[in-house]
Amino acid sequence: MSDLLEIFLTAGFWAATIRIACPLILGTIGELICERAGVLNLGIEGIMTIGAMSGWMWVYQGGDLWTGLMFAAFIGALFGILHSMFTVHLGLSQHVSGIGITMLASSLSFFVFRMMLPSSTTPPKIVPFKPINIPGLSDMPFLGEAIFSHTPMTYFSFAVVPVVIYVLYRTPVGLAVRMSGENPMAVEAQGINVLTIRTAAVATGSAFMAVGGAYLTMSAFDAFYFGMINGRGWICVALVIFASWRPGKALLGALLFAGLDAMQVRAQQFAGGFIPYQFFLMLPYVLSIAAMIVMARRARYPKALLIPFRRGERI
Amino acid sequence: MRLEPRESVSFWLVLFAPIGAIGVALVLTSGLILWTGESIIEAYVSLLKGAFGSRFALAETLTRATPLMLTGLAAAVAFRARFWNIGAEGQLYCGALAATYLGTGLVTLHPAIMVPLLFIGGALAGGMALLLPVYLKSKLSVDEVVTTLLLNFVILLFVNYLLEGPWRDPMSMGWPQAASIIDEGVLPRIMEKSRLHLGFIIGIISAVLVWVVMRFTVWGYEIRAVGHNPSAATFAGISVNLTVLRVALISGGLAGFAGVTEVAGLKGYLTLDLSPGFGYAGIAVAMLANLHPLGVIASAIFLAGIYVGADSMSRAVNIPNYIADVMVAVSVLAVLVSLMLSQYRVRFR
Amino acid sequence: MMVLHIKGVTKSFGSLVANDNISLTLNEGEVLALLGENGAGKTTLLNILFGHYVADEGEIDVFGTQLSPGATDAAIDAGVGMVHQHFTLADNLSVLENIVLGTEPLTSWKLDTAQAKAKLTALANEFGMHIEPDKLVADISVGERQRVEIMKALYRGARILILDEPTAVLTPQEVDNLFITLRAMVAKGLSIIFISHKLHEILAISDRVNVLRRGCMVGEIATKDADRDSLAEMMVGREVSRPEVEHMEAGAPVIELGNVIVAGGRGHKPLLNGVSITIHKHEIVGLAGVAGNGQSALGDLLSGLRTPSSGTVCIAGDTVVDYSPRAFITKGIGRIPEDRHARGVVGDMTVWENMISENLREKPLWRFGRLIDFDACREFSRNLIEQFDVRCKTMEMPAKQLSGGNMQKLILARTLQNEPRFILANQPVRGLDEGAIAAVHERLLAAKRAGAGVLLVSEDLDELFALADKIVVIYHGNVSPPLSVGDVTVQDIGIMMAGDLSHGEKFDRAGAA
Repeated sequence: MSDLLEIFLTAGFWAATIRIACPLILGTIGELICERAGVLNLGIEGIMTIGAMSGWMWVYQGGDLWTGLMFAAFIGALFGILHSMFTVHLGLSQHVSGIGITMLASSLSFFVFRMMLPSSTTPPKIVPFKPINIPGLSDMPFLGEAIFSHTPMTYFSFAVVPVVIYVLYRTPVGLAVRMSGENPMAVEAQGINVLTIRTAAVATGSAFMAVGGAYLTMSAFDAFYFGMINGRGWICVALVIFASWRPGKALLGALLFAGLDAMQVRAQQFAGGFIPYQFFLMLPYVLSIAAMIVMARRARYPKALLIPFRRGERI
Repeated sequence: MRLEPRESVSFWLVLFAPIGAIGVALVLTSGLILWTGESIIEAYVSLLKGAFGSRFALAETLTRATPLMLTGLAAAVAFRARFWNIGAEGQLYCGALAATYLGTGLVTLHPAIMVPLLFIGGALAGGMALLLPVYLKSKLSVDEVVTTLLLNFVILLFVNYLLEGPWRDPMSMGWPQAASIIDEGVLPRIMEKSRLHLGFIIGIISAVLVWVVMRFTVWGYEIRAVGHNPSAATFAGISVNLTVLRVALISGGLAGFAGVTEVAGLKGYLTLDLSPGFGYAGIAVAMLANLHPLGVIASAIFLAGIYVGADSMSRAVNIPNYIADVMVAVSVLAVLVSLMLSQYRVRFR
Repeated sequence: MMVLHIKGVTKSFGSLVANDNISLTLNEGEVLALLGENGAGKTTLLNILFGHYVADEGEIDVFGTQLSPGATDAAIDAGVGMVHQHFTLADNLSVLENIVLGTEPLTSWKLDTAQAKAKLTALANEFGMHIEPDKLVADISVGERQRVEIMKALYRGARILILDEPTAVLTPQEVDNLFITLRAMVAKGLSIIFISHKLHEILAISDRVNVLRRGCMVGEIATKDADRDSLAEMMVGREVSRPEVEHMEAGAPVIELGNVIVAGGRGHKPLLNGVSITIHKHEIVGLAGVAGNGQSALGDLLSGLRTPSSGTVCIAGDTVVDYSPRAFITKGIGRIPEDRHARGVVGDMTVWENMISENLREKPLWRFGRLIDFDACREFSRNLIEQFDVRCKTMEMPAKQLSGGNMQKLILARTLQNEPRFILANQPVRGLDEGAIAAVHERLLAAKRAGAGVLLVSEDLDELFALADKIVVIYHGNVSPPLSVGDVTVQDIGIMMAGDLSHGEKFDRAGAA
């Protein structure tokens, strides 16, 4: 047991927790924005994949890191718009369309990657975001390593949350988004176009997802691997439920989850002898299911989630 | 842009809309071929040849279609009841685990008993993999999409553990693979000098059986009612939970079948790369078939043709074989839109 | 001064012409009633005016300028406000949030709630309406919700207010209060279009009546020259026949609820709070109450969808142990669900498949184990379709394409062919036209004659008084003792619906024997 306690006392554990949390934060916030507007986006797994690929590829082709991030966001938004064409404008099943988007986005990522970099044996690398040194803070013992020596993208990921909270709860457009997920007819009756609001929300949310994917190739690692997202998107969908559709709780959920994941990796070192490592790797998925079970009863779905809105449809 | 429901939908429209959509999808993907610099015609011809151009190619395509048919049926049955089972990949491996457990020497029986035993075991294992998601959905209304998806990863890691640990075949020179299925349990080949095996026939029979159940039986009626409108079904006295459980067992069982056909029919032993995503591709198969069990046969062969053809195309011309996945994804989305448009009329005003 | 002019509006949906060349005018400071049966095209016309639909032909002028079609915001900006029949409010948002949505540009970075709240309070005071801006919509009553809907329109500066069936969900007293508010608005120069099919309300509030029938404008009359019968005849196009209610001696109890409690969700009050009702053979008991007072829970309970937390339900003397729709159907309970589309039919399945849904597990409809006998099923449905006059092109068409009246006849046919001993009729005529209403009522009365007991749940007191032998009132999950229809007035029931159940005690308890 003391081994376990010791994990919490290392700054490396906390730094890893923060790193692991970032793509989950971005993905979960992205999914949350879509769902608050009433659209389930199961394209997330594919959109994170293509975000990871396109941001990385931009930099590999000589682009700058920040514009690469914007490029990833742009590509993500495009797929979001595609998803909303199907679900918002044509009213197709959100489940089915989302799975289709995931198939399309991931296969396109792999195809494009192979096309542009045929048959390279060692995965090519880029120079990713570097940790920034904050004078004074970064030199502090423990906290310096744990919190104040991360890449700019890490800080960006955390900064996204308060911004999204502000927009969602304190601006007219945020009100319109929340209302679209609760009762689209109420939005329509006030002279606002529900389809536009939903499309914009899905595009924005998808852009966040793509940036979350890009975090992996541009900040956490320096290369693009196949199967890199590895279910992170689905975990984000579970985290949204765990967070009861609230961005603040989504941040906490992602951190909690990342902490357990970071602990799992470290626990392997002393428990790996008698527990096979595969069981540690299962933990994130098992925990996601457990999180959904815990919160399912209390969860308050956006009432119009999954229900297409057709303007002027006769009932 | 507005959508208006069509007052009457002609049968031919529903039948031909998907075929037209697949045509559109192929045109769209030819944009990617253009980008590679290869000739579109040459690429498609080599794809077609690779898929159906020879007796060998055809046999390969049908072999590949076998698990796709079964996972496609698994998705089609589940989606009909609006039970979003995205976990066919995991259930396939459960079926494969059961076949390996039963078929590698635990019992030795006459093939006429041994083969059915493997299938029954595989179906039970596949169905059982869905018990948790069904329980969570029925009792706690936990979304089954996410649970079935996440269980795929759990199951795959569990298979990984078994293959690297207790189940590793000592004769495998260190490769993570299980012992071979004994001769009595191996599915017989049904075409000379090919890998096509009994599993293909079982796939076809399953499709017909599923169609009969869905179309002609009380169960099928209840499944359709629950899928279209669960509260009306409940009101009329149909138990939604029981129906969903039934659907889940059938769906998981069919995916489990796919695991058995791959282990006992094609590979002969369980490995970690037993399925290159057959479970996920099954969703595409089901969607292309508009969830119709007999349509699944055709769409599974079509998809298998794309996969097998793309492999030989990527050898013949310089196009990555990931193009196959793109073609499948675009086809799925195009078919979805076409089916929608066969029900609704678009008016721009 | 003319504030609104609708000129020759035509709108069709497929082969159905919902509005055929409709014109009307509205003057300043006037209440114009738009009268018509369900399905006459009232709501379609308003949805065109309000930009939810685009008309095929015709145009609309507001304060002398033409309204651009299909734009809700254009209508709002021109000063038109609409109170929808089904409230357009989001439950888990506050009253204030619901009202201010759309009042500030979406590109703005700040929502000025303090200023909005001040403006809202001032407006509410001006029109004498009580509103609590910070409450969640989920926590306020139906009457308050309607006030919020009206405030939404006023907040945006509406000079023309359209109310679509505003009284459907109110108690008679709340209706009176609404009328007071409306008169105050008219006095301040607002103009109102009041849509209804309830004649006495139209006579009470309007200055002028326009009558719609089957999509056409069939007449206009000043309210002072109109009376109930003339309006009814204009609306329906023929003399309205009331069903003959014959009083019958009530027989043995068919269903008895003994002190039934149905718990609410965690932290909520019980949905049914010790309800006792007995319904006998040959009698129709009407259940009056404002929506949301436990009718749904009671309906679910009697449909077999809910299990009581305590108390007993006896069907023909036998205490129920198995609460399931299946068990209730086999015990002879016929159920007409509140929402036809959501619960009554599976819209995407065919008419005949819906016809057999409650009887599918009975022997004649299947053979060889579990194979459906298609011939027997079609024969079964064909008989019922004829017997109950369900009008459909073919029974192979999806049930969702049936009109409301025919869908209800399908449900009646399916339910009544089992000859139930008790019928739960939950809002059986909501949204139907007069022809269908008469047909449904006729069936219910026939079932009563044949020996069934009926619980008729309705928000329309006129319907209850016309059909029921006794009336019980439900309020906050409590049900009053039964009152004989002959002893009480609409006003008495209204007082009880508003919460004073003890008001009923001064009357002789009907059927106390």
